[in-house]
Amino acid sequence: MWFFIGQFLSDIMQSINSYIHRAQAKKSTTAYRSTWQRLHIDFFLFTSVLAVITMGLFILYSAANQNMHIVEKQLLRFLIAFFIMLIAAQIPPQRFRQWTPVIYFLGLMLLAAVLAIGVVSQGAERWLDLGVVKFQPSEIMKIAVPMALAWYFKDRQLPPSFKDVVIAGLIIIVPALLVAKQPDLGTALMISISGACVLLLTGLNWRWIGGSLLALVASTPVLWHFMHNYQRQRVLTFINPARDPLGTGYHIIQSKVAIGSGGVLGKGWLNGTQSHLNFLPAHATDFIFAVCGEELGLIGSTVLIVLYLFILYRCIYISLKAQDTYTRLLAGGLALTFFVSFYINIGMVTGIFPVVGIPLPLISYGGTSIMTLLTAFGILMSIHTHRKLNTK
Amino acid sequence: MKFHDLKNRTAKPTGKSESLYTFRFILVCLFLILCAAGLLLRMVDLNVIQRKFLLKEGNARAIRVMKLPAYRGMVLDRNGVPLAISTPVKSIWVNPHLFKAKSWQWQHLAKYLHYSEAQLKQLIHENHKRYFFYLKRNLDPSLAAKIKALSIPGLFLQKDYKRFYPQGSSLAAIIGFTNVDDQGQSGLELAYNKWLRGISGKERVVRDRIGNVIARLGILRKPQPGHNLQLSIDYRIQYLAFHSLKQEVDHSKAKSGTIIVLNSQTGEILAMASYPSYNPNLLHKSDDPNYRNRTVTDVFEPGSTVKAFTVVNALDSGKYTPTTKVNTNPGWLRFGKDYIHDSGHVNNGILTVRGILQKSSNIGVTKLTLSLPPDSLWQVFHKVGFGRLSSIGFPGESPGVLIHHRIWRPVTLATLSYGYGLSTTTLQLAHAYMVLAEDGIWRPVSLLKLNHIPEGKRILHKHVCSEVLNMLESVVERGGTAPRASIPGYWVAGKTGTVRMVGPHGYELNHHIGTFVGVAPVTRPRLVVVVEIRDPRKGSYYGGLVAAPVFAKVMAGALRILNVAPDRPRKTGGPHA
Repeated sequence: MWFFIGQFLSDIMQSINSYIHRAQAKKSTTAYRSTWQRLHIDFFLFTSVLAVITMGLFILYSAANQNMHIVEKQLLRFLIAFFIMLIAAQIPPQRFRQWTPVIYFLGLMLLAAVLAIGVVSQGAERWLDLGVVKFQPSEIMKIAVPMALAWYFKDRQLPPSFKDVVIAGLIIIVPALLVAKQPDLGTALMISISGACVLLLTGLNWRWIGGSLLALVASTPVLWHFMHNYQRQRVLTFINPARDPLGTGYHIIQSKVAIGSGGVLGKGWLNGTQSHLNFLPAHATDFIFAVCGEELGLIGSTVLIVLYLFILYRCIYISLKAQDTYTRLLAGGLALTFFVSFYINIGMVTGIFPVVGIPLPLISYGGTSIMTLLTAFGILMSIHTHRKLNTK
Repeated sequence: MKFHDLKNRTAKPTGKSESLYTFRFILVCLFLILCAAGLLLRMVDLNVIQRKFLLKEGNARAIRVMKLPAYRGMVLDRNGVPLAISTPVKSIWVNPHLFKAKSWQWQHLAKYLHYSEAQLKQLIHENHKRYFFYLKRNLDPSLAAKIKALSIPGLFLQKDYKRFYPQGSSLAAIIGFTNVDDQGQSGLELAYNKWLRGISGKERVVRDRIGNVIARLGILRKPQPGHNLQLSIDYRIQYLAFHSLKQEVDHSKAKSGTIIVLNSQTGEILAMASYPSYNPNLLHKSDDPNYRNRTVTDVFEPGSTVKAFTVVNALDSGKYTPTTKVNTNPGWLRFGKDYIHDSGHVNNGILTVRGILQKSSNIGVTKLTLSLPPDSLWQVFHKVGFGRLSSIGFPGESPGVLIHHRIWRPVTLATLSYGYGLSTTTLQLAHAYMVLAEDGIWRPVSLLKLNHIPEGKRILHKHVCSEVLNMLESVVERGGTAPRASIPGYWVAGKTGTVRMVGPHGYELNHHIGTFVGVAPVTRPRLVVVVEIRDPRKGSYYGGLVAAPVFAKVMAGALRILNVAPDRPRKTGGPHA
């Protein structure tokens, strides 16, 4: 443990040193590096994330019925998360690579601990009470699983062999099942998807992709059997929202009504009726996109989606520019995970997907997902900004 | 832009796995673009294509049309004294799903509503499945303000109107009352509900999920206040009549009593009272026999009071004059197994027609009637209004019973002539005497103040009526049946009536109804007063003793209130002499 902390501190010191060093070398050397790069911050990613967060805070202010206290709490979380992101960006990718097995197994142990001694909140055991803070270990797995897969495939022949795929599958399935047992279907799904994204990028054989999709479809009855009753309700409601308009169908009907009543221009910021009058459930958390749709209309929603797509573009760009398999797979996996999270959330709110508890990244009120997400962006920045330093 | 970068990337010479990776990336990116396009299309679908429907749905959740209560019109007496007023009050309702009170709030709320805390908790628990129930209706606004200040979530206030009857029980049975929703339930409140109630307004409001009004979008329809209703009742006379009746009923321990003061010249009812009464401001029971207006709902056999019309019938035929002699010997008459006696089994011997009326001889009037065509009496009774509903349209009014002459038996005709075998209400009796007072002109009676006197209809000969009225004067004179009905300063014409009540086994021996009908001043009749005392248990039961004093008191008071000039100088002597 102390070894890792020592490594971590030395990385930070090196980062600061290099900054001072480069500042001196700036006048003489030909390799010009901007201040951003020397700070290991990717300018485009940083600014676009900042833009989404700013927009999100405005939406949250409205969704929280103009409760400044909630916005301040969220802002504080962002500041902490930004700090973590900046630190993550200072750590060179090879260090992540070294730490990967440790992080992964530590995460597994924590998940097991949650099942054993976790705190029950809203009918699900997801939290680990560390005395000072409550902590959701399943969030770590969103990053740890792509890391572990990238680590596993870094020296192997690609496209992977059958044996490799089976092992990769185990790396994904074990934490996913542990999380699903909590039960937290949304996060389990996200973990599986983040792993699947990495697998997809390894150049997995199409037959296997098709085969596993078929297997998934075929296993639906089995899955159905293992589902909790509330999960079955959600799926049934997704198929026909009018089935139970006052119960499980209520969320989705209300959110569609909220978005649709906004129109092209929206009702105007702070002027939404469905959210402010409490007709829209969870309007500050999972369903916050409906508030955006109602108040900012088609235009505001499109702006938000375009900003998300720009972040996605930048992440994919970073992945493409990455210079080894580990960083490339990791960056690609994180990028796709980010995409899937906002895509599923918006899809859920607009009624394309069934209701799964996935928050809208960077906007929904709540702490843990923000930390994870900005850490992931920090890793991406690290991958991008340490690139040329590593390969002179 | 993505493609551009990808192309740049693929242009660089790379290994096999690198190009495969890139190819995979292109596919993935294509997929992502499709997904993103799908999201945007969905947004367009919701925001543009389905917008109208969804907007309507959204409004359907938030926008409500609320009722604005309309002010119910006042009920006034003929001089503008308010008899029924609507006052603004507050009702408290609760949504038990949202109701959350702290212990001090429970305490205060219970105190304000006069419940114990346990009762209050019980009440809310009983209704915990509902989303709306009234905790208390029609609260004093100042108390409601205190309750509002407790600011308990899930507790709401609503504006309402409550009816208040400043004159209390004296007019209760006539005006009736409204329910908590301000709708007439009995009496004139019910009969004139449409006129009084007004039209409630409508307002569009935005409400949140728990029912709080967030914004008022505008009034769709202004509440239209109801109209005022001005009654023919003169409250001063009403007060006098009610309290005189109350005094007598209480004193004689009677079951009930009614009284009517009628303006004979216009047909307006100046007072109409029924006792026992109730307090319309404190209604506890949903049903109470005292709620009904006995003057129009309760019927009785009028007895001797109709003898005036039997005599009218006799004089009208031309066969009799007031001085025609009739032999009532030997004091009884036989119809098969039925016997008819004069009051007190007295043999009155030979009587003039005037004498028959003064002595109230059953045999005399029977002999008069039997000597005339059988249907003529029915004609007179029918014309003066027996067996018919009056025109006041009072809810629950009884028409009384007057059997048609085609199915009369001889004994029926005999009993009818002295007032058995038909039934009337107090109002019908007053109405009939009004015809007599107006010298044979019939006018409808009215409970509403009239602006002009309605067109009358002559149904009896003038001279006959004035002759009968003149004969009836002797009733209240010394030697008549009701000297107690006389009033100093005025000539009074009247007739007593004492009938046995009908019980389950025919006529009761010890239960009577005493009535008195009178008209004054006889020289130019202004008022008709009818007093009916049902089943007096203490003292006398004769109309001349139990009802006549009430008549005298009320008639004298009413004449004084109406400033009617006395027509009888100190020196005695008949007005028509």
